Amino acid sequence: MTPPRRTRRRPQPPPAPQPPRSPSAQAAEAAEAKGPGDNPERLYSVAGSGDGARAELDLVTLIVARSAPPVSATPEQAAVLRLCKAPLSVAELSAYLRLPFSTMTVLLTELITAELVQARAPIVRQALPDRSLLEAVMHGLQRL
Amino acid sequence: MDFKGSDTLPGPRTEDHLPHTAQAAVKIVIVGGFGVGKTTMVGSVSEIRPLTTEETMTQAGIGVDDDYGSESKTATTVAMDFGRISITEKLVLYLFGTPGQERFWFLWNGLFEGALGAVVLVDTRRLEVSFDVMGRLEEGGVPFVVAVNSFPDAPRYPVEELRTALDLSPDVPIIDCDVRRRASSKDVLMTLMGFLHSLAMSGALT
Repeated sequence: MTPPRRTRRRPQPPPAPQPPRSPSAQAAEAAEAKGPGDNPERLYSVAGSGDGARAELDLVTLIVARSAPPVSATPEQAAVLRLCKAPLSVAELSAYLRLPFSTMTVLLTELITAELVQARAPIVRQALPDRSLLEAVMHGLQRL
Repeated sequence: MDFKGSDTLPGPRTEDHLPHTAQAAVKIVIVGGFGVGKTTMVGSVSEIRPLTTEETMTQAGIGVDDDYGSESKTATTVAMDFGRISITEKLVLYLFGTPGQERFWFLWNGLFEGALGAVVLVDTRRLEVSFDVMGRLEEGGVPFVVAVNSFPDAPRYPVEELRTALDLSPDVPIIDCDVRRRASSKDVLMTLMGFLHSLAMSGALT
């Protein structure tokens, strides 16, 4: 018995080191890529810009309360601030508070703007891979 | 377990609190069809009881599911289970188990884009369920390994036959596993990390 076979939708050459490309070459590549809204340049997203206010919140952005809930806080905001006395990911907050992820990010954006919480951006996959990060994860898993 | 004056407030158990030194998190995505064992795998290695994050789906996304009698066909809420492993005082790893359909991917910011890599968990009884997701990962430049969850009544194929069927390049690891066992799930994750490390060493990681 043989297993069913996958047919690649779009055969691709193995990824090569990326030389600097001209905008026209990038446009040509973008045009080559099928599918609406397919942007080949966006291989990873940078979560958190450092200034906080418009930070793009990732599932694993760590949220830490900067202060106790002020009297003006809504019940939801107060709940977040109580939960985040210790760092907690956006995903965990969403799970504990039973709020959809998108609702959670709206709530957190308010709190970040009000400087009531701090967001610690995740480490995302990089164009330049960080070997020491990978090794740290391997050592951590080894201890399981 | 609760904070003062908030007895009804849900939250992590005291032992589930991360240290204040936790500076950043990384994530790995476990992707596969319904019932293939994603949540079991997350649960077998997670230091916390697996949690569920939800997202509400728009009507437009409904009715295009080709899965095996999945209950999500009529639901407007999509759930994703996840777990956590503390790596160091400063670094935390999160594992997300997600269905392979593309329409789920847009619901959570950067679920795949920012992930270190992915584990494609397959069941040889329905190998074709994972074809689409492998294509998506390749197109997105997300490195992945293939883990074959060994179900007792599932057909067994030699690795090279699977590689041919899945049209995977020779360097992509394919391993057998029993995700109910922590040691086996750990092996899968170590295989992924070893693969990512070799990509980093060869400079091929884009």
